[in-house]
Amino acid sequence: MKITTDTFKDNARGALVNPGLQQSMAGVKRYYVPARATAMAKLPEFDALRDQARDIKNHTLEHLDLYLEEFERKVVENGGKVHWATTAAEARGAILDICQAAGAKIITKGKSMVSEEIALNAHLESAGLSVVETDLGEYIIQLRHETPSHIIAPAVHLTRADVVETFTKAHPHLPADRPMDTPEVLVAEARGILREKFLAADVGITGANFLIAETGSTVIVTNEGNGDLTQSLPKVHVVLATIEKIVPTLEDATAILRVLARSATGQEMSNYTTFSTGPKRPDDPDGPEAFHVVILDGGRSELIGTELQDSLRCIRCGACMNHCPVYQAIGGHAYGWVYPGPIGAVMTPTHLGVEKAGHLPNASTFCGRCEEVCPMRIPLPRMMRHFREEEFKLGKQSGLPKLALRLWAWAAARPALYHFGARLGVGALKVWGMGRGRLTTLPLAGGWTAHRDLAVPEGGTFQAQWAAGKRPIAAKAASPGTSESRAA
Amino acid sequence: MQQISPVTAKFPASARPRVGLFVTCLVDLMRPSIGFAAAQLIEQAGCSVDVPRGQTCCGQPGWNSGDRATAATLARQTITAFEPYDYVVAPSGSCAGMIKRHYVEVFVSDAAWRARAERLAAKTYELMAFLVDVRSMSSVDVQWPATATYHDSCSGLRELGVRRQPRQLLATVEGLTLVDLPDADSCCGFGGTFAIKYPDISNKIVEAKTAAIASTNADLLIAGDLGCLLNMAGKLAREGKDTAVRHVAEVLAGMHDIPAIGRTHSEVPQ
Repeated sequence: MKITTDTFKDNARGALVNPGLQQSMAGVKRYYVPARATAMAKLPEFDALRDQARDIKNHTLEHLDLYLEEFERKVVENGGKVHWATTAAEARGAILDICQAAGAKIITKGKSMVSEEIALNAHLESAGLSVVETDLGEYIIQLRHETPSHIIAPAVHLTRADVVETFTKAHPHLPADRPMDTPEVLVAEARGILREKFLAADVGITGANFLIAETGSTVIVTNEGNGDLTQSLPKVHVVLATIEKIVPTLEDATAILRVLARSATGQEMSNYTTFSTGPKRPDDPDGPEAFHVVILDGGRSELIGTELQDSLRCIRCGACMNHCPVYQAIGGHAYGWVYPGPIGAVMTPTHLGVEKAGHLPNASTFCGRCEEVCPMRIPLPRMMRHFREEEFKLGKQSGLPKLALRLWAWAAARPALYHFGARLGVGALKVWGMGRGRLTTLPLAGGWTAHRDLAVPEGGTFQAQWAAGKRPIAAKAASPGTSESRAA
Repeated sequence: MQQISPVTAKFPASARPRVGLFVTCLVDLMRPSIGFAAAQLIEQAGCSVDVPRGQTCCGQPGWNSGDRATAATLARQTITAFEPYDYVVAPSGSCAGMIKRHYVEVFVSDAAWRARAERLAAKTYELMAFLVDVRSMSSVDVQWPATATYHDSCSGLRELGVRRQPRQLLATVEGLTLVDLPDADSCCGFGGTFAIKYPDISNKIVEAKTAAIASTNADLLIAGDLGCLLNMAGKLAREGKDTAVRHVAEVLAGMHDIPAIGRTHSEVPQ
């Protein structure tokens, strides 16, 4: 995909004035935020489960090699095969090899953010394969040649009108006067088309929410069941996952599942939670004949033992972006790469480097809502600040804000000079204000005054007034009815 | 014999904790009255208030910009100025949070300063949390007839757990009706340098906030951080809305005679 992280400000500007996107983002906030809150309120042990989920992942990350190797042993025991890929290119190559060895023509895909990260579809298509996304949102954006704008609701940026327009163009074989005015008929239309693809597919590729070492199982959660049809109908099932998706036991997976859907959509469980353990067994009525798991490192093992290790706990629920005021304002595409929102603000500079992706960790108010709602308790603002520090060390920040901060830092370290300068500055601003309470313009403050008035200082600094002897009025009793009788 | 005030009688000098008031750079420069309100409330709570001259800024702007060296310089300056006191109190969740939660992170590789930072953190409080949780203040003797709504500043809320305390004290202000602000715990879009570096996005966020404020029909918006207040007041004024904006300390200290933020005496009643 085209990376646009360096034009983040322009991306954001465009997003802010896009009425369809703004309508959609208002819907995201209106739906997902209360949904999670309601689910949380119904489960008294929710916070304790988050601690448990965090601890499971932390333990696993401390012993990642152990669990990954055990996983492979089990997969092989079950009749499957594991392919280790250090880089995106190796992962793409391994998957293409599997498809070509199977003589595949048509590939169906369940939703996989990792497949976006490694640009898998383009690679398979360039080798002449037909790739069909089966998650409804992914199907729609595939038709539009767009990328996902949310990690669990890829087409959340679109309005129904957009979908109607897309289906009209993409399904010309259907009667032009067919009803397209409700979500139900649109879903039915997609379902009809995708059903044929499911049945025709030679290889089905899914992601994995979890890899389970104990049993060699992979787990996916969907609301549409498209993952199930993707993986069980074709002869070959390929799971694409990254190394940090591993958990030790079935019980660990279910413990984390208890907070996954609740955090994501407010559901107690997603409609389908599917455990796959190897290919079809002799007595099974259906299932794939071959089961492959492609496990990608993609730079993740290097994060262990660093400031960024905690980001590997992410279970891709999307709660952080649902609750982020910046994401709510600009949507996912503005972030410029695969992963948007707060997790994207950490993953993007991790994978692309802070020089290319510096805007993302900077475009945050550090309100902390992301960390507050993260089921895995990932300290996202701390990691964004870490990237700001990396950027600072590179001397990359520039412009008026940086100069102003340097001046501020210099003055603030010299209290006497600071107090003196502050009095002058405040006095000057008061004079400039000419008796008004607020300013609508101020040189060098265009960033502020473009959209907001700026209050004129009250006058005289606190320090100056205190030093001159001004004191608060005599204190009255703090709480009526306390022991004033002693004063009598 | 000199008239003894009820507070002095209840808290003789020997029993009065010494509080170092961390006035914050924004309050110092933009609205000193908040500092005097804070000092008044702290004295009402039976403490003596001192304002060490060696304070300028907590260092958060530098810290959040990735400038650890500046943050460390200002942290050392702040720690040195304030460690002699029994408590450090700031009328700002943002600055109190910097001292209480982040100073130890600043000195991650300096054990001696980290220890001093830990000790200071243990006795540093945001103003409302100090009054209610530490000094058990349960009410104020103030009249302020108005319908008001309260915005939870992010740092105070999420770093320091300040939520119940200001509402508790505001509930005792005679004539003040507190109306719930929808999405009170959503960011106002200030975020320090964020508002300057990404003004368009900041504007979008504060627009959502002022729309929520307008929906309450409140006369008065109250919050505990001057950065948020300046941001919201500036947007409300630009939108031509007549909601007055004040810091919670001003209201609890009964400071009727200073105009609301961004207003002058000659403007609408506040």
